[in-house]
Amino acid sequence: MNYFTGIDIGSTASKVVVLSETEIEDRFVLPTGWSSRETSSDIARRLAEGGHPVGEGMTVVSTGYGRAAVDYADKTVTEITCHGRGGWYLLGRDCTIIDIGGQDTKVITVEHGMPTSFLMNDKCSAGTGKFLEIMANRLGVDLSELFTLAESGTPLAISSMCTVFAESEVISHIGAGERREDIAAGVVDSVVCKVAGLCARHTMTGDVLLTGGLCESTYLVKQLSQKLKRPVLTDPMGRYAGALGAALIARGKAR
Amino acid sequence: MSDYVQMWKDLGMDLENHDLLCQVLPTAVGDVFLSQENRPKAMDFWDLVISEVHGIRPAELIEAQKQGRKVFGTFCVYVPDEVVVAADGIVTGLCGGSQFWVPDGEAVLPKSTCPLVKASVGARLGRTCPFFRIADLYVGETTCDGKKKAYEILGEDVPMYIMDVPQMKREKDILKWKDEIADFAEKVEEFTGNPITPEKLGEAIHIINEKRKALARIYECRKSTCLPISGRDALLVMQIAFFDDPVRCAQMCNRLADELEQRIRDGVSVVPAGTKRILVTGTPMAVPNWKLHNIIETSGAAVVCEEMCTGTRYFENLVDETKTTLDEQFMALSQRYMKTNCACFTPNTGRIDDILRLVKEYQVDGVIDCNLKFCCLYDTEKYAVSRALKEASVPVLSLETDYADTDAEQLRTRIGAFVELLNG
Repeated sequence: MNYFTGIDIGSTASKVVVLSETEIEDRFVLPTGWSSRETSSDIARRLAEGGHPVGEGMTVVSTGYGRAAVDYADKTVTEITCHGRGGWYLLGRDCTIIDIGGQDTKVITVEHGMPTSFLMNDKCSAGTGKFLEIMANRLGVDLSELFTLAESGTPLAISSMCTVFAESEVISHIGAGERREDIAAGVVDSVVCKVAGLCARHTMTGDVLLTGGLCESTYLVKQLSQKLKRPVLTDPMGRYAGALGAALIARGKAR
Repeated sequence: MSDYVQMWKDLGMDLENHDLLCQVLPTAVGDVFLSQENRPKAMDFWDLVISEVHGIRPAELIEAQKQGRKVFGTFCVYVPDEVVVAADGIVTGLCGGSQFWVPDGEAVLPKSTCPLVKASVGARLGRTCPFFRIADLYVGETTCDGKKKAYEILGEDVPMYIMDVPQMKREKDILKWKDEIADFAEKVEEFTGNPITPEKLGEAIHIINEKRKALARIYECRKSTCLPISGRDALLVMQIAFFDDPVRCAQMCNRLADELEQRIRDGVSVVPAGTKRILVTGTPMAVPNWKLHNIIETSGAAVVCEEMCTGTRYFENLVDETKTTLDEQFMALSQRYMKTNCACFTPNTGRIDDILRLVKEYQVDGVIDCNLKFCCLYDTEKYAVSRALKEASVPVLSLETDYADTDAEQLRTRIGAFVELLNG
């Protein structure tokens, strides 16, 4: 039996998908931690434990910012191509994919299964998962609690485009005794606005699919839909879109 | 570059700091250039020049100064070399292309100034570049607000002359630029003590035209599907052209072009067949800024053309050599220079036309439009550039970067994805 594994080493989480010729055989996620190389060894161990050891009969494609750290990968592919391929596979038709990653947000147009154009945020981390993570930390909650808080809040303005300065704004809000719910709503709103701003610069065709871990937040999805004035679709496998795309490329390569 | 210590001392340079720059350069040259396979042999000249970039040419310039010749430092392809050469002066480019000089520039300029301007000011004030020490007169121009204000600061430290570049391209603007060239000629005559005659200017026009033709020959070779030279090497040739003696530059470029033409006949390419061909457009890349070319060419694509000041804008269009009076010659110069399509002009649709033409001529698969951070002019023009390219179904990637290496991995991801997209 041949297996095809996609490994997406993101800045925050690492996602793994194992395909056979026809099925999704295995999938798991683990925190990237401080060493991509160590994460990559952990993944190899997990794969072996799951009955899909790296070696004969296994093709591995790695992606994500830590893609080069996977020394047993047969090929590395950028996360833009992988998210495009994986997202298209999940939706099954031409679409625009938005991926809010740990440190990069990307908008990818996919036609006939292939990415045809893309746009990515600037180097800075505003409008990314990292921004949410830092602000959640500042409010003393985790990400899911941040969304729960935000749901019952009225967004406060957080205007700075820079995460560091935005954090100062959040601190000012805290200092001014603003409600945590309102600050949380402001934080989410700020990310949604940044993502929508990126979308405004890109020709959006077909349905919009949100991939990456944040697609599991119904609140964020709702806010983004409102801002974009169009439905934003998600998929239970959305978090794995990049890894899935890499696995699909591995399968294509083996063939 | 140890043989030049006395010369640098005499130039009043900050040797201790300059040593730090000298230490990193060989590694950079090794990584970017010498690691390439199958390079044209004629690149040996540029390898030598860049390995002693602060030694060989500065020593020549100082020797010329001892014989009474004047050195003019310039920052823009709009400043006409011909006028200086006609008065037996020497032109040297002065644009700074290294992060090394940025902090010294930021000591006096806002951080939100483009790195080229910051590096240029830093190279002068930090006393870490011999060219900035050697130049007798700096010739600035009004192509962007950052430069205009920076020249005021530089002018406190070094003699400075400013040419007022028009912002539009109407007939009266071409006449205005002609007047600016005439005024500049007067200044050059006064500064060098040498009269500019029609004969002298005619000779100078011929010399610079020959240099342009030689550079164009190299670029002509890059149009071939059999790519005889890498983008990195071509960029280095172009960058050094701003510093070298124009006659020797033409000779060396023609020598290289001979080899490239032979390579095409022999089917010798520096990349495998089918490698995607990239046109890079945007802001100039001053020595030693090789960052973007290096990332592109180590991501599986090849740069085949640069629509920028360190590229086609430098050599396209020749000056009419048939004119016999200074008045006619100044007009011929103005007409040639005003064909250069810089984003400081409005409108600047000529640049879009150039890009679309070059895409065809160089058989380009994709365009990377990249500006230096805080260059509002080229950044804004990206919108029109990418729209025109999309209409022509040419894939385009818009980027912004500076001289620091901190965004190299992010650039690599974007460029890598763009190359994957082109490869399908």
